[in-house]
Amino acid sequence: MSTAGGRTPTPTNTPTTDRTGTAGSAIRLVAGREIRTRVTSKAFIITTVLLVLAVVAGGFVLNLVQSSGPEGQRVGVVPSAAAVEAPLEAGAAETGTDITVTEVADEAAGEQAIRDGDLDAVVTGSAGDLGIVVESDVDGALWAVLSSVNQQAALDDAIRELGGDPASVAADVSAAEPTVTTLEPEEEFDPARYVTGLATGILIFITLMTTGQLLAQGVVEEKQSRVVELLLATIRPWQLLTGKVVGIGAIGLMQVALVAGSGAATATALGLVDPGELDLGATAAWVVVWYVLGFLTYAFAIAGAASLVSRQEDVGAVIAPFTALMMIPYIIGVSLAPWQPDSPLVAWLSYLPFCGPLIMPVRIALDAAAPWEIGISLALSIAVVPVLVWFASRIYSNAVLRMGARIKVKDALRSA
Amino acid sequence: MAVLELDDLSKSYGAVRALRSTSFQVRAGEIFGFVGSNGAGKTTTMRITLGVLTPDTGEVRWAGRPIDHATRSRIGYMPEERGLYPKMKVGEQLTYLARLHGLGAAQARSSMERWTETLGVDGRRDDEVQKLSLGNQQRVQLAAALVHEPDILVLDEPFSGLDPVAVDVMSGVLRDRARAGVPVIFSSHQLELVEAISDRVGIIKDGSMVAVGGIDELRQVGAPRWAVTTAVTTPVTTAGDDDTAWVSDLPGVRAVGSEQVRRAGGAATRVEFETTHEGSEQAVLARATSRGRVEHFGRVTPTLTELYRDVVSAEGSDDSPDDTDGDEATTEVTS
Repeated sequence: MSTAGGRTPTPTNTPTTDRTGTAGSAIRLVAGREIRTRVTSKAFIITTVLLVLAVVAGGFVLNLVQSSGPEGQRVGVVPSAAAVEAPLEAGAAETGTDITVTEVADEAAGEQAIRDGDLDAVVTGSAGDLGIVVESDVDGALWAVLSSVNQQAALDDAIRELGGDPASVAADVSAAEPTVTTLEPEEEFDPARYVTGLATGILIFITLMTTGQLLAQGVVEEKQSRVVELLLATIRPWQLLTGKVVGIGAIGLMQVALVAGSGAATATALGLVDPGELDLGATAAWVVVWYVLGFLTYAFAIAGAASLVSRQEDVGAVIAPFTALMMIPYIIGVSLAPWQPDSPLVAWLSYLPFCGPLIMPVRIALDAAAPWEIGISLALSIAVVPVLVWFASRIYSNAVLRMGARIKVKDALRSA
Repeated sequence: MAVLELDDLSKSYGAVRALRSTSFQVRAGEIFGFVGSNGAGKTTTMRITLGVLTPDTGEVRWAGRPIDHATRSRIGYMPEERGLYPKMKVGEQLTYLARLHGLGAAQARSSMERWTETLGVDGRRDDEVQKLSLGNQQRVQLAAALVHEPDILVLDEPFSGLDPVAVDVMSGVLRDRARAGVPVIFSSHQLELVEAISDRVGIIKDGSMVAVGGIDELRQVGAPRWAVTTAVTTPVTTAGDDDTAWVSDLPGVRAVGSEQVRRAGGAATRVEFETTHEGSEQAVLARATSRGRVEHFGRVTPTLTELYRDVVSAEGSDDSPDDTDGDEATTEVTS
């Protein structure tokens, strides 16, 4: 028998509380670990880089598409036709044609400029007897404007010959426009708004989806590796859960802010949007707000669900209800909402928790949501978060230490 | 002196009663060996001590006060189900765990360095845990239990899966911690090991403590056991009953068994018996000397393994229905 019976235990260390971390520091440590681990993970870096590239590249593509539309005409005017300059610009403005007028020394210089590609057309001759020099064919819009200017000049000459005042006649003529009354004004389609709305919907969806997955995998990783028992011997389940949600939420927020920011910056730099029409800064800020709300809604629900299973293979199945729930508002948000932001389906879904965070930012980007609508949606989404936190914490606390087969929600809620 | 008291713990999982009024105490500086078959309630008891499980009744106290969250973070714990983040580096992981237990960053780091050195895994600090051999993972797991300089140690099967060298390292660390005044509870199926390093032992069966005490104390439980070896000049007949009959018919004596001991000079018979009255053994000795030359006469001190078998089988083998892995338990215990 080899027990050292005579061993005298030294005075004990009495329990110390001074070194024990508070709840806040435990949450901070857990969140910190999540951030460190995920931010350095290849999957996260690749997703973020791809998303940023997509919005920046998207901006450039949009820029190309916009500028290849009805192209601006650079028109040179010889000194003899200088009188045409003002009516030409006025006519262009009236018909919405983009015409830039410059003076050229003479016809030869103008022709050279056309050959060099500096000008699209040169107006020669004088009012009433105008000529157009172009490379191959005349732009339709320019032709219409010049014809009208030429005809006006001819008409003015005729009025003068008849002893009339061309200016007053012109005023009478322009006042004789028919009055138009529209019964159903056509929605003005703004491609910049459309793209912003679409990008908003896609960004929020992708980020919610990836962060939700990360969270679910993180919960199950701790369960599968059994490290959770070691963790829960020192911190409480709600601290672990909150730390994970905060950490992964912060990563998602970083991603959303980075993508929304680079999208807004690209659009501003390329002059894709009219700042008076669409406030990109505000839209990006709303994206962040709705991401945070959406994440809080889905994160706790998904973490609670994930704690019911013990293997990564089962994660997909157990969080499927929530990914499906994300798909519905997402699909409506990017397909129907940009075209009909006020349709009752879109409007009603945008008020509901779980759906609002995915649709409301699209409607806000499309400038289709009234402040009261945003208020309702925000209030409902915020109201549901504490309820979800309560349910999820309870399920998580009860289920996270139970290994093996998938646990029924009912059992996880019941057992204390 | 501070005492860790487990007082009247009960816990049921549905219809299964895992613990029934389990109570025992571990004093500061004491190594307490916790033994019992699989499913007897060892892990449940340890999980309750750590607050990972809540008991249905009873409480765990340290230094007279119920263990609260602050005290709990001063416990070093090695769960039965080993668990670390597989993809986290050893050093990073231990530092993180130390910090979760409330150590400051610098303190956590130096403690991690010290324990990885002590346990011989300092060369693997920058490796992911999953890349280590199982034995080394086990060492890291122990480091995880020690890295926050705990005031109490609760180790569930710390020796399982260790090679002999690692067993020595582990035993050394437990002794060292106990010497520093830390109460150490550990469970094991390796009873020789438990016997060798424990100051006190607790045997649990079907959720109840059936024996608690120093091994010497436990040996006093039940009837004293003796053995007498006498040289046999004439070959005994085949009937084995005759070997013990001369002992059994004495008052206050019960023969336990006998065996033939063959050796160069002939044969001898060894008879083990229990005495129910003090002094009865003297009658046996007298009769033995009259029968022949007594080669050995003395008290038999049972090993922990024998005590364990006695205690566990004493109340019959009414295996609870949940004890499905009983076979495995028996083999492990007797090995």
